[in-house]
Amino acid sequence: MSKKAVALMLVLLLVGMMFAGCAQKEEPAPAAPEATTEEPTAPEATTETPEPAEPMVMGMITDTGGLGDQSFNDSAWLGLEKVEQDFGIERQVLESQSADDYMPNLVSFAEEQVNLIYGVGFLFDESMKTVADKFPDQKFAIIDSSGLEKDNVAEIVFAENEGSFLVGVIAGLKTETNVIGFIGGMKFPLIEKFEYGFKAGVKSVNPDAEVIVNYADSFEDSAKGKEIALVQHQAGADVIFHAAGGVGAGLIEAAKEEGFWAIGVDQDQSHLAPENVLCSMMKRVDVGVYKVAQSVIDGTFESGTIVFDAKNDGVGYSDLAGNLTDDLKAAADKYLEAIKAGTFAVPATEAEFDAFVAPAL
Amino acid sequence: MQMQRESKIKIAIDNIKFPLLAIVFSFIIGAFFIIWTGNNPGVAYVELFSGSLGTVSRFGETMLKTTPLIFTGLAVGFGYRCGLFNIGVEGQYILGTVFTISAGWIFRDLPGSILPVVLLIAGALGGAIWAFIPGILKAKRGVNEVIITIMLNYTALYIANYVVRAVLNPSILQGTEKKAYSVMIPEQGRLTMLTEIMPSFGYSSVNTGIFIAIIMAIITWFILFKTTLGYEVRSVGFNPYASEYGGISIAKNITLAMVISGALAGLAGAVMITGLTYKVDMASGMPGYGFDGIAVALVGKNHPIGILASAFLFGILKNGERKMQIAGIPKEVIGIIQSIIIIFIAAEAIGSYWPAIKRKLTGKKEEEVKAS
Repeated sequence: MSKKAVALMLVLLLVGMMFAGCAQKEEPAPAAPEATTEEPTAPEATTETPEPAEPMVMGMITDTGGLGDQSFNDSAWLGLEKVEQDFGIERQVLESQSADDYMPNLVSFAEEQVNLIYGVGFLFDESMKTVADKFPDQKFAIIDSSGLEKDNVAEIVFAENEGSFLVGVIAGLKTETNVIGFIGGMKFPLIEKFEYGFKAGVKSVNPDAEVIVNYADSFEDSAKGKEIALVQHQAGADVIFHAAGGVGAGLIEAAKEEGFWAIGVDQDQSHLAPENVLCSMMKRVDVGVYKVAQSVIDGTFESGTIVFDAKNDGVGYSDLAGNLTDDLKAAADKYLEAIKAGTFAVPATEAEFDAFVAPAL
Repeated sequence: MQMQRESKIKIAIDNIKFPLLAIVFSFIIGAFFIIWTGNNPGVAYVELFSGSLGTVSRFGETMLKTTPLIFTGLAVGFGYRCGLFNIGVEGQYILGTVFTISAGWIFRDLPGSILPVVLLIAGALGGAIWAFIPGILKAKRGVNEVIITIMLNYTALYIANYVVRAVLNPSILQGTEKKAYSVMIPEQGRLTMLTEIMPSFGYSSVNTGIFIAIIMAIITWFILFKTTLGYEVRSVGFNPYASEYGGISIAKNITLAMVISGALAGLAGAVMITGLTYKVDMASGMPGYGFDGIAVALVGKNHPIGILASAFLFGILKNGERKMQIAGIPKEVIGIIQSIIIIFIAAEAIGSYWPAIKRKLTGKKEEEVKAS
């Protein structure tokens, strides 16, 4: 009986060997894997940078969404890729499987003494506070969180409400049914900034329009995004904005099938459905990541909060597919200039939204 | 007496032999995958083991990863001994964390000598209540526990998110700005970090929870093999109808096994909250300990001592994965190794059914021959 089992194992092993063997032949590139893995820094250091000094290493820790989320984490990773190209640093990544991984992941990089550690997401705040105290000489950066008050932590935050306001203006003018949808990931303050900024934008140009708000309670479940989008569309919504990471893929798919407008978030998402993504609200996480990395390389790293807003083009809107008419662009740009000039403040919370009076421009 | 002893050792060796073989084989196959990704398996495995066992501090981190897996492995294993497939460990874990954090707020003025105990009991209670639902439904109405527990996982997740947002949020209880996590457990309710007792644990967050886990494994072993309750539970697991004929109540034992399984899962949540995170985060997905617990129980052959060992193995893999990732090896490789271990263990089950399958197949052939 157990002999049979061992035999079965051996067969599986052989199959595995063949599999691995074939793969190796297909790909001649990793024929010298030892050289690349054992000393990955050596060739880069001699060929790319003028001095043979060791390249800087920067580590990034993703939240549980991980790489490949088409939004937040990918955007940060893209920023670090640009730093790698421009300055010849080495970038490393640790993906967190659950919230319990944040602290150990931070410690792992800190023990490696990398030059800068990014925590992607505000959920890192408590663990980063603790680890920043334990490693006072280590430089950290956190995205979407402020008020940590540590001398070695740079805080990158965005005025998501301002960018959302602009796409709200566009949605308010574009809608024909006067019903607009919003899909949030999870109802916490960060996503509420999107919600109330967006609603304020709609209200400014189209006070009669109704905004249907739904939360998916997920940043990954695209099937749910599609379901919510279809329900909102049935309720009359013809323009739907999302701030829900991977959930938005479902919205865009629904928009494609049913032929209504979706508004993308974080990155320009028009490549997903050029005919149905009206525009995208841009949150330049990559720019934020790049700026802080640059400051470490220059030796000008400073702790404290760096705000990326409309003024420094940290947030805005993008229309690579060219779906916006000149009128819409003009309207959005008018409000953009007013926000930049500080003519009015864009609400970020429910209380601020309730008190918000549409500016007369 | 002598003979009995020898046979016991032989049984133990027989039981250990196969998982060990499976582990060795999966590492060998894993090596091919590492080569396939263009990396050196030697380097990868050195990183894996030095990353998880290389220093006292890293060993501590491995123990930290092992802690919840022991509990969830025991939870799944205990249910399985009664013939129950508790996929709801995930949800019971989540509810355990919610109960713990609620108790932490309600009893925040209790002194440090009692509070941790109260919190652990609260967590176990949360898990037990959540497991009681599928338990009683299965016992009284014969409802399939697999489906109910899967559904209850999501219910638990959304309950937790709601409670964190609308009930236990620091913005409501402490008047801060809105947060995506609950209030914190008071200082005196937290488990002690081992590094406070032994500084050589360095930056590792391993805490006394690991001892609680080991003690629970021993208690579970005692319940299963040395008490009437355990005998009855196992008896129902082997053959419910024969047990009932012998005077053992199926309904009672199914409910009880489920509740104990849930209590162990809830305890995992309580230990993680009081030992590591001190709060509950709003989460968009399952923490994953419950599902890993199924694998741990499977590799540990549903025996508490085996579960201790297999949880440790999974702890090594999960913690060493960090160093492997830093060395540029994709984290998926560890997932592949874990899966292969499970496939091999499952293959053993196929192996033991093989004679019966063969008999059926050949039997059919003979009939065909006769018919022609």
